[in-house]
Amino acid sequence: MQIYLPIAEVSVNAFLILGLGGIVGILSGMFGVGGGFLITPLLFFVGIPPAVAVATSANQIVASSVSAVLAHLRRRTVDLRMGTVLLCGGLVGAAAGVQVFALLRQMGQVDLLVQLSYVLFLGVIGLLMFIESLNAIRRDSKGGPRGPRKRHNWVHALPMKMKFRTSGLYISVIPPALVGVFVGILSAIMGVGGGFIMVPAMIYLLGMPTKVVIGTSLFQIIFVTAATTLMHAVTTHSVDMALALLLLFGGVIGAQLGTRIGLMMKAEQLRILLALLVLAVCGKLGLDLLLRPDELYSLGAPGQT
Amino acid sequence: MIRHALALLALTLPLLPVLALPAAAQEEVLAGLSQSRISIDADFDGSEILIFGAIKRQAPVAGPGLEVIVTVSGPRLPVTVRRKDRFAGIWLNRDSVDVDAAPSFYAIATTSPLSDILSATANLRHGITIDRAIRSVGAPASIRDSNSFTEALIRIREEAELYQINENTIDLVEETLFDTSVSLPANLIEGNYTVRIFLTRGGEVVAESESLIYVQKVGLERFLYNLAYEQPLIYGILSIAIAIFAGWGASTVFRYIRS
Repeated sequence: MQIYLPIAEVSVNAFLILGLGGIVGILSGMFGVGGGFLITPLLFFVGIPPAVAVATSANQIVASSVSAVLAHLRRRTVDLRMGTVLLCGGLVGAAAGVQVFALLRQMGQVDLLVQLSYVLFLGVIGLLMFIESLNAIRRDSKGGPRGPRKRHNWVHALPMKMKFRTSGLYISVIPPALVGVFVGILSAIMGVGGGFIMVPAMIYLLGMPTKVVIGTSLFQIIFVTAATTLMHAVTTHSVDMALALLLLFGGVIGAQLGTRIGLMMKAEQLRILLALLVLAVCGKLGLDLLLRPDELYSLGAPGQT
Repeated sequence: MIRHALALLALTLPLLPVLALPAAAQEEVLAGLSQSRISIDADFDGSEILIFGAIKRQAPVAGPGLEVIVTVSGPRLPVTVRRKDRFAGIWLNRDSVDVDAAPSFYAIATTSPLSDILSATANLRHGITIDRAIRSVGAPASIRDSNSFTEALIRIREEAELYQINENTIDLVEETLFDTSVSLPANLIEGNYTVRIFLTRGGEVVAESESLIYVQKVGLERFLYNLAYEQPLIYGILSIAIAIFAGWGASTVFRYIRS
């Protein structure tokens, strides 16, 4: 069934888009990532113009995140207090990130920076998670003692402590706020929700339990992507509501399934799968930069860099 | 199909506006289209238009044989062509050329191979082939091979079937009646599409005619497009509201199913 998209001005197969939304929704529910780093390239691949793909995927992520967060809320696996702290940092970071982006655009080569930072962040985070979860699984299978879950590091020595009951933490608000700022900057520059950076940061830096991390990450992503959608709608007019509806219909169902799949799996398994996914996307982007493309030329609307 | 077209032509001939050039004065072309308005609605999946016509002459014309060329051109819009280049081992967009006006869609149909029936000067004067229909003036001085950018533009759009050259696809009967069809792809943009018909003899254009097809979004497509451009804030808020509602709805439905 073909559907003509009013803003993208192309005709697409409705079931293909529903399927794409569904797959990304499952990943979103399982891992707590918004899926922006996956859905945008997939939309390019089916022929949606890049500007529309970026803006519309933000809109679809709002829907799948809301769906997944509600499922997590009922299981009490969302740390609302932690989420709010992250969000406040995130908004500050996003505002700063927009300025950084404008500055880079003036200097030129903003594309290269975005692509390189994708490869760098995805590669480093994917690799670290992969090694860590592999070790965790090995420890489990040996039946040896698990390391103490609440490690005391420099994070716990900072002032302004706050109780995060859902996460079982009593730590300073400074580290989570800084994580929020950092993710906010990155999401403004890279155009993603930042889940793939925030999830590992919460696990390894803040020491939050994996199950709480996912719900909390999604909670924050809702606000970041809603702001992104609104910004794109107002400035670039590139949010395609018809495309978003198809994507989010698939996405919300996928997110519900993903949440259930996630609950059936062990935390280490979830982390290793997310690590592999992140590494796969990183490898694809890296190869795109290094290999000679089939078509050297590309067409675009004038006035964009 | 042909018979149907000819019957339609016979009926509409007296009514058609004639834009034939009196320059050659000996022959005129009268043309008709199967539809002059294309509506893009939600299930728009491309469209085929039938272009047909007749040649009117007072007396038999001697000389080289008559040939027909039909072009269909979409709205002309500026486009930027970028080229990737290797820099420090990495492929990235380096040079770019702004093309001032390139048709969003361009199709040529002919009775014979184009090179046999159209001289270079006639092509230059009337802007018939695709490379003539593209207007590019402002390549930066640093780019020597600006032609390769225009070639890339044509190549990419030909692969997307937005630019088509269909030689030998016009049926010409007794140098008097002709018809052809042009298929418009699903990824059509809005605007006025110009249909031009050229009669050539020995490579020179002896008569031409021009008509328009209006391509327009209708219904929900029209509404969403207008809202997005005229009330972007409302559109954005509506998009987010739909997303939140859909997320909540799915969550509620799933809980209902499970309980």
